[in-house]
Amino acid sequence: MEYISTNRVARKMSARLLLNNLSKFIFLLATFFGIFVLGVLIYRVVSQGIGWLNVDFLTGRLSTQADRAGIMGAILGTFWLMMVVVPVTMFLGIGTAIYLELYAKKGRLQSFIQTNISNLAGVPSIVYGILGLTVFVRTLDFGNIVLAGGLTMSLLILPIVIVVSQEALRSVPQHLSEASYGMGATKWQTIQKVILPVALPGILTGAILSLSRAIGETAPLVVIGIPALLLPFPGSILDKFTVLPMQIYYWTLDSSLMAEYANLAAATIIVLLVALLILNSTAIIIRNKFQKRY
Amino acid sequence: MPVNSDLTKNKAVNIRDLIQQNKEKKSNREKFEKSIPALLFLIASVSILTTIGIVSTLLMETVEFFKRVPIVDFFTGTVLKPLSQTPSFGVLPLIMGTVTSSLIAMAVAAPIGLMTAIYLSEYASEKVRKTVKPLLEVLAGVPTIVYGFFAFTFVTPLLKTFIPTLEATNILSPGIVMGVMIIPMIASLSEDAMSSVPNSMREGALGLGATKLEVTGRVVIPAALSGIIASFVLGISRAIGETMIVTIASGSTKNFTFDITQSMQTMTAYIVEVTGGDAPAGSTIYYSLYAVAMTLFLFTLLMNIMARKISRKFREEY
Repeated sequence: MEYISTNRVARKMSARLLLNNLSKFIFLLATFFGIFVLGVLIYRVVSQGIGWLNVDFLTGRLSTQADRAGIMGAILGTFWLMMVVVPVTMFLGIGTAIYLELYAKKGRLQSFIQTNISNLAGVPSIVYGILGLTVFVRTLDFGNIVLAGGLTMSLLILPIVIVVSQEALRSVPQHLSEASYGMGATKWQTIQKVILPVALPGILTGAILSLSRAIGETAPLVVIGIPALLLPFPGSILDKFTVLPMQIYYWTLDSSLMAEYANLAAATIIVLLVALLILNSTAIIIRNKFQKRY
Repeated sequence: MPVNSDLTKNKAVNIRDLIQQNKEKKSNREKFEKSIPALLFLIASVSILTTIGIVSTLLMETVEFFKRVPIVDFFTGTVLKPLSQTPSFGVLPLIMGTVTSSLIAMAVAAPIGLMTAIYLSEYASEKVRKTVKPLLEVLAGVPTIVYGFFAFTFVTPLLKTFIPTLEATNILSPGIVMGVMIIPMIASLSEDAMSSVPNSMREGALGLGATKLEVTGRVVIPAALSGIIASFVLGISRAIGETMIVTIASGSTKNFTFDITQSMQTMTAYIVEVTGGDAPAGSTIYYSLYAVAMTLFLFTLLMNIMARKISRKFREEY
């Protein structure tokens, strides 16, 4: 008497295996869907914008005439914006991280600040825009200048900078600071001379990545109010300004009026993406080159 | 010898001075060391001040808004006409637009993101994973304004060839593109959750004769469920707060409808429209901005807290 019907087992098994292989193929397709869309997006933008990308476009002033428009103002605006965002976020971000990781006692206050930071990281960027509009532009009466936009952007990326700095500080091995204390160094001396230099590559990598978020971010600046056609170049952080994403926004909106504006937007997107690519590769190079293993 | 004794005497004085100096230096050093925690606390409090700033600005102006428009009318009104002669401020059309676009986004992002996570965590070789993950990070790093441009100038015309009735601005196209934007986030968070399921559990199931698909469906996903659901909730929260894609590609028609081929305005797009239109400070439209922003803020805050609770509470420890 046969206890196991090998026939039935084989039939059932082959169905299960077929399903297994089929689903593996579907999962693979899903994985490549996102990458496929990325490819289409980049191909679209480059094929549409590359013809408009030339020296005149990069160095020229804005114009309502598509063939005379340039984005130097937006490039300078992005530069000045970063001149505010970089020092402010580095100072506040690293300071907060040092406090939370090395000074704060584990307790209510520390966990309150920590929860607060993770909640802030989830606040939509446009809400930061409203904060900036109300506090910096209106109450402090800065107007829509680089400083107001930069401070708003700084608050937006601050939670990310804090979190990555904390991770970098946490990954510094304990025995390094213990050796420093053993030599008679004080806490601050240890932080300044031992912990920070070791953690710096990690902090920098994270900070650069969050900067690239600030460069591409548009919503808070739309809320603060950036003029659509700003002719003078910004020369300091107290000037009115526009940035690359804002120019993409206005040109995309107006592309239904004039088709060439879509090409200008595409060309500006190429510039923006190249800038982001350079920033992100720098971050990766720093991470790979300077991160020592202990 | 007199010279020698003079030297010792000098030396003694010098040492006494040095000790004195050293003491002063040390007490200065101590003062400095003690002041550092206070200074750093001040810096750390900026993040608390930011929260206070957000909540208080939103709250103050929202209260002012509800003095002019009854709170019940705001949350139950289906008509939003801020600029008409007889203005009407119902937030439901905006909530409708926000919820619809987020649901479309999740319909794209949840299955594809989850399948990507399954592939990367359960099937892919180390080599494939190392090439695919950075590419997904690039996808996540594309600025939203670029996605907006893509939705408006490429996806909408493309969809129009399949759906001829599609309007030039509609909620479907930005919804889909937003979904693509969220895929990497869901994939990476879900993959983290699935990778943390111990291998012994997989091996147990494989040893009983289960196929890889059965292991994934019956063992890994149930074990990682809290993390997966948390990633979905975070994805929804991201979609709700997304601004540029919907502003560009879905237009500013305040429709209260279920028709996804039409233009619908989201809460975020309304904020952009009102601030871009230079609403005079003190007008009801100006205050409505804060009421909508407050609603948006509470929506996303709730989602984020929920995501944290889910991943903490239902986490199974192994």
